[in-house]
Amino acid sequence: MTPASAPRSKAWTARKTGRRDTGYTGVPPWVFALAAAGAVFVLLPLAAMVAKVNWGQFIPLITSEPSLTALGLSLRTSATSTVLCIVLGVPLALVLARASFPGQRLLRAFVLLPLVLPPVVGGIALLYTFGRQGLLGRSLELAGIQIAFSTTAVVLAQTFVALPFLVVSLEGALRTAGTKYEAVAATLGARPTTVLRRVSIPLVLPGLASGAVLSFARCLGEFGATLTFAGSLQGVTRTLPLEIYLQRETDADAAVALSLVLVAVAVAVVGLSYRRPRALPLQAGTK
Amino acid sequence: MNVTRVRIGALLATGVLAAGLAGCAASNTASGTNQSGGSTAAGTGTVTIYAAASLKTTFTKIASEFEAANPDTKVMLNFAGSSDLVTQITQGAPADVVASADTRNMAKLSDAKLIDGTASNFATNVLEIAVPPANPASISSFADLAKPGVKVVVCAPQVPCGSATETVEKATGTTLKPVSEESSVSDVLGKVTSGEADAGLVYVTDVRNAGDKVKGIPFSESDKAVNTYPIATVGSSKNKELAKAFIAMVTGSEGRKVLSDAGFGTP
Repeated sequence: MTPASAPRSKAWTARKTGRRDTGYTGVPPWVFALAAAGAVFVLLPLAAMVAKVNWGQFIPLITSEPSLTALGLSLRTSATSTVLCIVLGVPLALVLARASFPGQRLLRAFVLLPLVLPPVVGGIALLYTFGRQGLLGRSLELAGIQIAFSTTAVVLAQTFVALPFLVVSLEGALRTAGTKYEAVAATLGARPTTVLRRVSIPLVLPGLASGAVLSFARCLGEFGATLTFAGSLQGVTRTLPLEIYLQRETDADAAVALSLVLVAVAVAVVGLSYRRPRALPLQAGTK
Repeated sequence: MNVTRVRIGALLATGVLAAGLAGCAASNTASGTNQSGGSTAAGTGTVTIYAAASLKTTFTKIASEFEAANPDTKVMLNFAGSSDLVTQITQGAPADVVASADTRNMAKLSDAKLIDGTASNFATNVLEIAVPPANPASISSFADLAKPGVKVVVCAPQVPCGSATETVEKATGTTLKPVSEESSVSDVLGKVTSGEADAGLVYVTDVRNAGDKVKGIPFSESDKAVNTYPIATVGSSKNKELAKAFIAMVTGSEGRKVLSDAGFGTP
């Protein structure tokens, strides 16, 4: 059942040796020039922002009570939303990558919709679903559950916009991993749930991790849907991006300082966990 | 096949870049000619107005009247929150006229010597309670907003409508416990029109502009916080004659009528 016993196909060997060994990068010089322009385009505004930071006031600005409350709320809600994304996104990715049923392409298109939708549209859609006058909101209200203006609303907004990131990453990883090992496990008598738990998920763990990290980062930056759907109240719904948006009205220094905090957190999260796609763990283990 | 594809890609990329650059160049020349044209011949060309978001309906109307009265002119309108306007003009935005929703933001521009002379006040606005048409929480006074269980949405103290709210709270001794403090009047109004909130505090003009989507409940204490709207010529304007002509129309009888119809008061 381990890949070591699998016959080493030509393609498999080629994949293992890797492109780096040949010393050929295959990137023409003009691509480097355009890539440099692209990098500058992204980095220059960040540098401009860093240059604008009032360093003398930086610590007092970012440790003010509203700032810390907003940061704490952002981290808590983003973590909760990421867990929700995993719970809802893993099954979606599995169904999209492995199963085949009518309307599958349509389902994929709709699941990915929040990727390209302006978040404010997502907020409006959520409002008409979970709001007081919304599709489910009325029944929820009768059951004593009020979502509008609560932290739950923030989590729903973040999950809505971040879910596609997890689904896309994981579906890609599942397709790349293929069904060979799963089929072998099944022929050896493993039940579907066992195959999922012991083969499929371990195989795509790096993809799942990077998907989760991307989702977390997206949650952290969520603004439009939260503003539209959840409102803005310190400690309840005012996450860091909303705090920045509000501070900007009166105190540009505070807004810039908080923006830098958000950039730093995002860079840390993405930089630490989102690595270049690696060789699949099972293949690495056969060396 | 591969080579062809790469070439096409490169061509496309070059094409996009060229188009982008050409676009920039074109717009630069266009605005350049307009501005220089305006400064040589008074009363023609383009005049760019930066105005507070709450002036959208009235200024759009005044602008079309201005264009009708001055056939060779074009009025460009940019609406944003007053503090955004200040940021944009401070960063060198090509505005000829600026109209803010409060004197505090105009003072920032005047302190930075970015406007000509002193700004003239052309309108006032007061707060009003906006409730959904059915008024589910039976709100009839400012004090009702503080009743337990009433979901009231206000502007955050950082924005003009929020500081007005704070002033009224202090003057009346009523402390509100809002479920949300929004960054703009339109966000407050949105929460009321969608029925999420029982009541919101916005300007009289916003209630009138929203038509029958909300019901307005005036309250006498609103005169404790009167917002004044100033208008001024931007110092770096290349078309000051036209800018002054536009300001004259806003402060004159035609502008006055449009503004009063929308619910604005006279300063």
